[in-house]
Amino acid sequence: MNSSLTLSITTFLYGFSAFLYLIALVFKWRTPGVLATGFVFAGLIGNTAGIALRWAESYQMGIGHAPLSNLYESLVFFAWTIALLYLFIERRYGNRVIGAFTMPLAFLTMAYASLSPNISDRIQPLLPALKSNWLIAHVITCFIGYAAFAIAFGLSIMYLIRHREPGRNGSVLGRFPEPRVIDDLTHRMIMFGFLFLSVGIITGAVWANSAWGRYWGWDPKETWSLITWFIYATLLHAKMMRGWHGRRIAYLSLIGFAAVLFTYFGVNLLPGLHSYGAMGQ
Amino acid sequence: MDNKEIPGDSPHPNGLWSFFASVKLSVVLLLTLAATSVIGTLIPQNETPENYRRAFGEFYYRLFETLDIFDMYHSWWFQLLLLLLTVNIIVCSLDRLAATWKIVFAKQPRFNLNRFRSDKHKISREVPQAPEELRPVIEDLLAKKFTYRRTAETAEGFVFFAEKWRWTRLGVYVVHASVIILLIGGLLGSIFGFEGYVNIPEGEMTNTVNLRNSGKTIQLGFDIRCENFNVSFYPSGMPKEYRSRLSIIENGATVLQKDILVNHPLRFKGINIFQSSYGQLPAEISMTAAPEEITLSFTSKETGMVYNKTVRSGERIVIPEDLGEFVINDFQKTYDFRGRALGPTLIGTLVQKNGATVEVLLPFKFPGFDRMGAIIDPQRDDAVLISIDDVSSLPDQQAKRFYTGLQVTKDPGVWVVYTGFVLMIIGCVIAFFMSHQRLCVEVVRRGRQCLVTVSGSANKNKLGMHRKVETIADHLLGTAGEPLAAPVPTGQNIKKEDQ
Repeated sequence: MNSSLTLSITTFLYGFSAFLYLIALVFKWRTPGVLATGFVFAGLIGNTAGIALRWAESYQMGIGHAPLSNLYESLVFFAWTIALLYLFIERRYGNRVIGAFTMPLAFLTMAYASLSPNISDRIQPLLPALKSNWLIAHVITCFIGYAAFAIAFGLSIMYLIRHREPGRNGSVLGRFPEPRVIDDLTHRMIMFGFLFLSVGIITGAVWANSAWGRYWGWDPKETWSLITWFIYATLLHAKMMRGWHGRRIAYLSLIGFAAVLFTYFGVNLLPGLHSYGAMGQ
Repeated sequence: MDNKEIPGDSPHPNGLWSFFASVKLSVVLLLTLAATSVIGTLIPQNETPENYRRAFGEFYYRLFETLDIFDMYHSWWFQLLLLLLTVNIIVCSLDRLAATWKIVFAKQPRFNLNRFRSDKHKISREVPQAPEELRPVIEDLLAKKFTYRRTAETAEGFVFFAEKWRWTRLGVYVVHASVIILLIGGLLGSIFGFEGYVNIPEGEMTNTVNLRNSGKTIQLGFDIRCENFNVSFYPSGMPKEYRSRLSIIENGATVLQKDILVNHPLRFKGINIFQSSYGQLPAEISMTAAPEEITLSFTSKETGMVYNKTVRSGERIVIPEDLGEFVINDFQKTYDFRGRALGPTLIGTLVQKNGATVEVLLPFKFPGFDRMGAIIDPQRDDAVLISIDDVSSLPDQQAKRFYTGLQVTKDPGVWVVYTGFVLMIIGCVIAFFMSHQRLCVEVVRRGRQCLVTVSGSANKNKLGMHRKVETIADHLLGTAGEPLAAPVPTGQNIKKEDQ
C-alpha cells in the first residue's frame, strides 16, 4: 500500500459519495445518503492515510518533508479539508443535501490532482526557499481558508437554486435547508474562511520576510490573495453593516470563490515567486 | 457590528464626516482596490521601458506610463485609494465607537425586559415548582454560563438577567486598528527602510549596497565579508542549499560571523542580510604587465577561416587573405570602456585593406570582445575579427570563483506590521466568533406552579443564540424536577402565551 494507490482509492470514494448524495437528493431516498456519508468517512480516512504515507515515503527517500510543497500535495490537502469541514457541517445540521453540493468539489479536486497531465505526483526534494516551518503553517491555513470558501461556494449555488421556488414539502427543493439557514451557514463559512485566509496571508508574509527580506512585494500571487481578501471583506461588510443577505451575498460568494481559484491556479500563468505551486512540479 | 443597536447616524451632521462614515464608501473602496490590483498582476511591474515599448507599442506605453501602471502599487492614485480607505476606516470606527463604548463600559449593564418579552424566539413552559424553589437552580445554571448576573423581583416572581462577552463588541475595532497599524508599518518601512542588494565575491568585502528601486548606492557603516560560498545540489540537479559564511567587520574588527542560508538571514544593527542568489565570476585575471607573446586568432568574415598567430608587443604582422596589418601597441591593467571596467586589456591597431586605421581592444576577461567592438566602430570594415586565442594558457590566472548574491534590507516598520498581524488575527476571532450574549429568565407565579420564560439576544450569530436559549431552556426545565409534565398541555400553554 503506497500513498499513490491510497489517494487513488480516496478519489473514487469521494466520487461515490458525491454521486450518492446526488442520487439521494434527486430520488429522495434515504439509504444512498447514509451510504454517502459512509463513503466520505472512508474517503477521509484514505485521504489522511495517503497524506501520512506520502510523508513517510519522503523520509524513506531521504528528502523528508511535510507533504505540502507542490500543487499535487496542496490539492490533496485541499480535498481533505473540504471533506472534513463537510462532515462537521453534516453532523451539525443533519442535512445531506449540502453533501450533493460540496462533495463533488472534493472529488473534482482529487480527480484533477490525479488525472491532470500537468500535475506531477512525484515526491520531490525541497528547494532552499521552501525549507521553512512557515511553509507548513502557510499552506495549512491557506487551504483551510480555501476549503471553507469552496463550501460557501457550494452553499451559494444551493441558495440560488433554492430561493427561486418556495420549495413545497414533497419536492426536491423542499429537502433543501431553509434559505435562511443556508444564508447563515454561508456567512459562517465565509467568516471562517476569511479568518484563515488572513492567517494564511500573514504566515506567508512572515515567511517571505524570513526568506527574502520583505513581507510584501506585490508578487501576483500575493496580490491575488489580497484581491480575494478584499472581495470577502466587502461581502462581510455588506452583510453585517448594510444588511445584505440571500441572493446578493450568494453572488458575491461566487465571485469570491472565482478569485480563490484564480489565486490558486490562474496566477501560475503569470510570472512570480510562487512557481513552486505551479504546473509540472 | 449590529447597526440596529449602534446606529450609524452620526452625531456630526458634517457632510464630509458622513461621507467618510459610510459603509457604502468602504464597499466601493474595497471593490475598487480589488479591481485595480488586478492590473498590476497582468502587466508585469517595474520592467525596463524598452520591454514595455516592445510589448505595448509607443501609444499605450505613453498612456500607461502617465497612469503609473508600470509601478501601480506605488502610484499616487493607488496610494490615494489606500489613504481614502484609511480615513474611511478611522471615521467609520470613531463614528460607531462612541455608542459601543457606552454599552461596553456601562457601570451597570442595561437590560430591557420588554424587549426580551417580545422576543419571537422565547421559550415558555409551565413547571410545577414555586418561584422560590426555582430561584437557586436558575442562579446556579446562569453562574456556570455567564459572567454577569442580576436578579430582580417582580410583582409576580423573579427576573434573572445574565450576560457575557460584552467586551467582544470591541473586536471589530481591533480588526480596524490592525489594518491602520499595518499601513503605518508599511509607511515606516518605505520611509526609513531600504531594500538593496550586493554581490560579494568569495574572500572580498563591501560596505555599500545598491538600492533596488532607485539604483542608488548607500553606505552600511560596516563591512560584510564573504568568507566562502557553497552550493549543493540534489541528484536531479535541483539546488539543495546555498550557504554563505559572512563576517561583519566594524572598525577593522570582526564582530560577528555567521553562515546564512535561504530562510536563515543574518541580522545586525537593524539591517538584515539574506541569501538571495549566487553566481560565478568570469575567470579572474590579474596582470601587471603584458605577456611577452600571445596567440591571437584572426577570423575572416568572408571565408570564415581562422588564423592563429603568435604576436609580440610592437611587432607588426600581416593578416592572411590580404585582410590588413595588426600591431599591439599598448597594455593597460584595467581598461575603462564607457564606464565599464574591462580588466587587463591589450590595445592594438588594425590597418585595414582600405587604409583606415582602427583601434582594437583585446580584454583578457572578455576574449570575444572584438566581435562586439567591430559592430560599434563605424570605421571598421568588419572584414576581420580578432580575439585572444586561449585565455587559460596565460600565466597568473586564478580558478573560477563564486560570488554570493545578498539581499540587504532595513525595515524599522516590520515590528509594527507584525503587531498589526497579531491584532488582526485576535480581532477577527473576536469579531467573527464571539458575541455579546444576553439572557433573560422570567419566572411568573401561576398558583402553585410557575411559568418560566427563557429568551436571549446576541449582537451576532443570532441563530446560534436561539440554539443556546433552547439548550438552556431544556436544561433548566429539565433540572427543575418534573419538566414537561406532558408535551400536549405544555404546547397549549405556549399557544396561550403567544396569544
